Amino acid sequence: MIESISSLVPADIAAHAPALLVVAPMLLAPIAAFMPNGRLAWILSILATGVSLVMAMVLLTQVRSVDGGGVLSYAMGGWAPDAGIEFRIDSLNSMVLLLVSTIGFLAAVFSWPSVVAEVRDAKRAMFYAAYLVCFTGLCGVASTGDAFNLFVFLEISSIATYVLVALGATRDRRALPAAANYLLMGTIGASFFVVGVGFLYAATGTLNMAELAIRLQDMQGNKAVLAGYAFIFVGLGIKAAMFPLHQWLPNAYAYSPSFVTMFLAATATKVAIYALVRFLFTVFGLEFAFEGSTLIWILMPMGIAAMIACSFQAVFQTDVRRTLAYSSVAQVGYMLLGISIGTTLGVSAGMFHLVNHALIKGTLFMALAGMVLSYQGTTLNDLKGLGRSAPWTMTAFAIGAVSLIGVPLTAGFQSKFALVNALFEHGWWWAVAVVMFSSLLAVVYMGRILEAVFFRAPSNPNKRRKEAPLLILIPLWILAIANIWVGVQGGFVAGLAEDAAGSLFIGDVS
Amino acid sequence: MKGDHHVILRVVAKVLIPIIALYGFYVHFHGEYSPGGGFQAGVILAVTVVLYSLIFGIAPAMRAITPGFARFIAGLGFIIYVGVGVWALAMGGNFLDYDALFREPPGGHNGQHVGIIVIEIGVLFAVAGSMVSIFYAFAGRVSEIRDEDW
Repeated sequence: MIESISSLVPADIAAHAPALLVVAPMLLAPIAAFMPNGRLAWILSILATGVSLVMAMVLLTQVRSVDGGGVLSYAMGGWAPDAGIEFRIDSLNSMVLLLVSTIGFLAAVFSWPSVVAEVRDAKRAMFYAAYLVCFTGLCGVASTGDAFNLFVFLEISSIATYVLVALGATRDRRALPAAANYLLMGTIGASFFVVGVGFLYAATGTLNMAELAIRLQDMQGNKAVLAGYAFIFVGLGIKAAMFPLHQWLPNAYAYSPSFVTMFLAATATKVAIYALVRFLFTVFGLEFAFEGSTLIWILMPMGIAAMIACSFQAVFQTDVRRTLAYSSVAQVGYMLLGISIGTTLGVSAGMFHLVNHALIKGTLFMALAGMVLSYQGTTLNDLKGLGRSAPWTMTAFAIGAVSLIGVPLTAGFQSKFALVNALFEHGWWWAVAVVMFSSLLAVVYMGRILEAVFFRAPSNPNKRRKEAPLLILIPLWILAIANIWVGVQGGFVAGLAEDAAGSLFIGDVS
Repeated sequence: MKGDHHVILRVVAKVLIPIIALYGFYVHFHGEYSPGGGFQAGVILAVTVVLYSLIFGIAPAMRAITPGFARFIAGLGFIIYVGVGVWALAMGGNFLDYDALFREPPGGHNGQHVGIIVIEIGVLFAVAGSMVSIFYAFAGRVSEIRDEDW
């Protein structure tokens, strides 16, 4: 399907796909801000994300057309790379771009009823402008091959995110401190990252990531590079909600508008993890990151701590959105664990789980958004008995839930299986036990919610049967079916993840 | 005005504000040959509005440059910037490739000249508009909770 859509795009346009993917939302964002009403801005945001989605498909086709995964290089402004900014698309980028643009497109389509209910009329056009800016930033991070440019795009997306989170204040005033907290933490993360990039630039004299990778090979043990490495690691760790640095996440997810939560949960931390992987493997290289500085004693324990501690925290939340937020941090732990193995299998399992988790959390938060529309609250109590009054919405939610737990025939099972497989292969038997234990905790916290939804009597029996509107149900079911599709026929996404991991390890062989 | 303690401030500001604005444009257009350019000039232009509202009050400043106008300028600047990039794309070059703007033969530099000047105008608008908008957002904020209610 992806190939046939890409073949419809004229060659002239396909040649500029790396730029157009970012430019389309970038151009339409300020135009959306000028729209007299929110509905037009909404249509523009669907248009922009749709163009990006098609371009992401084109990029994926182009990358996959080369055996073993090609590398596309796009020189911004016609300046050759190293001197100019380069957009560099390989298997890893194209996978992340496809993920972000797919989620972005579905989020844009479903957003309207949710935004009408939660954002004031006067702010809607600006809201969509901020959404497009955020989307631009995320796509930019995932496509650029320049370390400083990555920082700029990271800030573009983050600053828009702070605005989006704060707009939840119409529904719940606690969105404001949550946004301020996120702003402080996010800014610290970004500052750390840019300081790290500064160290690297001072040591090597280049900002281009491919060039950095070459020059850093001769700099093992250089103190400036080590400091830069530490700064970049911590900075991106904050953005990716790595375990002890995740405190901004639960509140930001719990109090922002439902649509924003869904979009952020499925994309923002994923893109930060992409950036982390890109720096660990491509820029610093496996040797430097793992043997040179014993990363294995940081990344792996943090991943495991997240899987256990945050799953426990998720069990004790009464607000369902907070449960899911803590579960997100725990799932980031799975990805970090996979990455920390440092083998192709491990990284590919981590990347596979990254995609699947985006699908899972997208489904769950979208179903919650539909539910909030008719029932306002998001506590466990509000969800009681909804299985009867909104069966379609809640069945999709249940599919997401079992996928999160990792029941066979769902996406979550496939990626956890891949992770366990990679752990076995590496000989980390004890870590398999931890994965199992954490999955059991997921059974507890998701089971609690499912039990309330399907087996309890409604707390307010007078409420009529009320589904989410069709505009939410269709994208919701697309995501839910994607969960099952990946679970039954995981080949496509698993193949993407394998190619992505493979592209990271090519550099080390040469 | 009798009992006005700020008369010196007002008079001096009235003289200074146009000069600051002029200096902003100087920094902008001289940015081609010396340090400066759209970003710095945009901040200097925004400073004139900030200074005006510090001395004459936020309300007259908002009448002169309305918040809506400031936001419009900010968005317009952004569109100009991206627009030049799309223009280059439309002419067959890469994004923001100034050489492609007029499809010049190699050695022609009109594209580079025009491209950077238009881009800098976009930056000037975007920065000046954003700075004024941010200032208005903070300065024009009406406190939602009265002090006695704390």
